[in-house]
Amino acid sequence: MTDIQFKVAKTVREAASLMAAAKGKGRILAGGTDLLVQMKAGMVTPGTIIDVKKIPEMVSITETKGSYRIGAATPAAVIGEHKKLRKAWPGVVEAINLIGSTQVQGRASAGGTLCNASPAADSVPALVAAGAIVTIQGPKTRRTVPVEKFNTGPGKTILKAGEIVVSLTLPARPKTSGDAYLRLIPRTEMDIAVVGVGVSLTMKGDTCVSARVGLGAVAPTVLLVEAAAKALTGSKLDAKALDAAANACSAACRPIDDKRGTIRYRTKIAGVLLRRATAIAADRAKGISRPAHSQQGH
Amino acid sequence: MAKIHVTTTINGAPTEFLCDPSQTLLDVLRDQLGLTGSKEGCGSGDCGACSVTVDGRLVCSCLVLAPETEGAKVETIEGMAKGDKLHPLQKKFVEMAALQCGICTPGFLIASRALLERNNNPTETEIRYWLAGNLCRCTGYDKIIHAVMQVAAEMRESAK
Repeated sequence: MTDIQFKVAKTVREAASLMAAAKGKGRILAGGTDLLVQMKAGMVTPGTIIDVKKIPEMVSITETKGSYRIGAATPAAVIGEHKKLRKAWPGVVEAINLIGSTQVQGRASAGGTLCNASPAADSVPALVAAGAIVTIQGPKTRRTVPVEKFNTGPGKTILKAGEIVVSLTLPARPKTSGDAYLRLIPRTEMDIAVVGVGVSLTMKGDTCVSARVGLGAVAPTVLLVEAAAKALTGSKLDAKALDAAANACSAACRPIDDKRGTIRYRTKIAGVLLRRATAIAADRAKGISRPAHSQQGH
Repeated sequence: MAKIHVTTTINGAPTEFLCDPSQTLLDVLRDQLGLTGSKEGCGSGDCGACSVTVDGRLVCSCLVLAPETEGAKVETIEGMAKGDKLHPLQKKFVEMAALQCGICTPGFLIASRALLERNNNPTETEIRYWLAGNLCRCTGYDKIIHAVMQVAAEMRESAK
């Protein structure tokens, strides 16, 4: 770890300029829960570490007409303590709060997790289901991209040289909406998803009028499963619709086969979790409070 | 390589140090400031033996870069007792034998204090989830969990 520079950026533009100047050797430091581990393991050797936590836009949560903008470096614990956000997007918040221990929650961020680009990241399927928009700053211009288009493979993103993720925006949606995230892990906590499913629904009475489904840990990137959403939309979430949506999730799986879960197991579980997450999201859309995972100290 | 000058507050005392850009807070605490209460177990944020708070937030000091603490308030295990007077958690850990080898103990104490500051009536499940990032290879956890529950009960009683 020689000749590393440590820079504190005061603005998003400055952070992007520092990234560009580092010529591919720059690394953004948000919570550091991936970056420091990778540095210690010798997996990355940054030329410049750019701390972005002094940039207000990157560590705050703001609401505008029902839409929430989450700064990319906002610690997960801060997100979990935001009561209005938790009420509006319980699935997104519980997914982000599943990442790591209390200590890791104090540092890890939704933006950092997204840029780490693990196919098994818990936050991402929920963000995909929510229809989150990623705001990206380059040295000169800003652009936005739907979150499901951001990762291109394990550890890979669409970010170009000098670009950084500034924030994630969750759209405003009707009150009769709900979301949920469920993952399967072999333990009760502190583990990496074998399968993760995020579901976001808007209901009109007993009818689902719109749906989005995000599916994690079963392909090189988190998937937006449009066929599952289509099966749910327009239905009363009856057995036939749930069967079709569960089958669509299983059909979308292209998982790895490893000690944590076989292809067959992951494929089946994708459908099971879709059914369960849909039931929780539907209850929440109807105003019925539903805990997803048995949790937590706050 | 140029050292970075950092001004911070550790356990209430204004503290300055020089560090390398990639040096962790844990390394500075232990190797430069002589605060060896925080332990390095895994060095990768899995074991919690290096737990401290930075601006009131519970973190693993092995996953914090020392220069990040510029202007911050850091609390370590060394600040937990007031002189000879142990913190109620420290006292209870001793009374109830909630430790054996002791390596994980500073982390458990700092993490437990952070929980009780937020919630003085945690359920056993809440305590177990909150402390899931602190590993102990000796006790089997039960005594630790029971000690924290007992301190919480006494805190509630004395708050009446």
